Amino acid sequence: MIVASPKSITELKTIIAGHKRVLFAGCGTCVTVCLAGGEREVSLSSYAMRMARRLDGNPIEIDQITIERQCENEFLKDLVEPASKVEAIVSFGCGAGVQAIAERFPRKPVYAGLNTQFLGVLEEQATWTEKCLGCGDCMLAQFGGICPVTRCAKRLLNGPCGGSLETRCEVDPDRPCAWQLIYARLKDIDQLERLEEVVPPKDWRPAWYGGARKIIRKEHQV
Amino acid sequence: MIAFDGGPSGALEKKAPSAPPSWQPDMIVFCCSYCAHSAAALAGSRRLPYPAGVRIISTPCTGKVEMEHILEAFEKGVDGVLVVGCLEGGCHFVEGNLRARKRTDRIRAILDEIGLGGERLKMVYLSDAMASLFAECLQEAAQTIRTLGPNPLKTPLRKESEGEP
Repeated sequence: MIVASPKSITELKTIIAGHKRVLFAGCGTCVTVCLAGGEREVSLSSYAMRMARRLDGNPIEIDQITIERQCENEFLKDLVEPASKVEAIVSFGCGAGVQAIAERFPRKPVYAGLNTQFLGVLEEQATWTEKCLGCGDCMLAQFGGICPVTRCAKRLLNGPCGGSLETRCEVDPDRPCAWQLIYARLKDIDQLERLEEVVPPKDWRPAWYGGARKIIRKEHQV
Repeated sequence: MIAFDGGPSGALEKKAPSAPPSWQPDMIVFCCSYCAHSAAALAGSRRLPYPAGVRIISTPCTGKVEMEHILEAFEKGVDGVLVVGCLEGGCHFVEGNLRARKRTDRIRAILDEIGLGGERLKMVYLSDAMASLFAECLQEAAQTIRTLGPNPLKTPLRKESEGEP
């Protein structure tokens, strides 16, 4: 899932300083699950923003809506009517949601209410960790299902750097060494021989370094 | 249930933005029905004084107090909010009071960030027998809020004919 975190009220206040009526639009998918941009967070931010602006002597009217998914045009039609009443929209979706709304409403200012962080998993209540960079050329099969491209600070593909402390990463001791995890995992699934294969330099062309990517699945097109 | 601490009656309607000495802050107190609400009732029956501007809202558990409830109270001009739950380890629903603590911490941070003042929100833990502590906590909170002054978001005029908020 896409993991995001809320922008501070102070930053958000600066972003929408020139507007008197805005729409706070939440997204009911990834950012709801990561407790950043769902109905509740939109509501809390609205309360905080209204009070902050009144305290500044510059009151603001905030409409709220949370749609099922901001990154699909099909769901964006629910924004048409509420968007027509406001000067600007603050999207509490991920970066994709913000841009989808901006494309759908070309004459309306659209701002991001969240900082989109990474593709990750919920480790425990309210704790998410990054697991995938979206490099476009998945190598997980070689590494026992643990991605050194994402989880090794040095992106090493042929073994650990040697700097790990016990089982922790030397760059950030709060983080496990990805190569320690890979070794333990390959041992558990009896595939340690994979470590003998020399992995060639990664082809980064499928990744975003070549610019924004596009996928077309012709078999599903209508 | 609400006992008056000697302030003039009608102080709420007469208070000015500059907060005269007789000013009684408007306070919402979310009381867990398993502890604090009984403590409030006991404080009332024992005639223990606590501030006149206190309004008690009974909740099934402080864990049921949503952050929006607290924010809405402040937006509508309440001067202070207390969330009163069971002693740590004594929650009827195991950890509702601990969740309430985390939520009040978050709201306090928001209130500080927007400049309203996190001190206006307080969380207290007590048992149903602690009527004296309940009254003391309210007095203390009211004193803190008096030093902060009225909530600047309070609507300036409220006619007596319109009733209380």
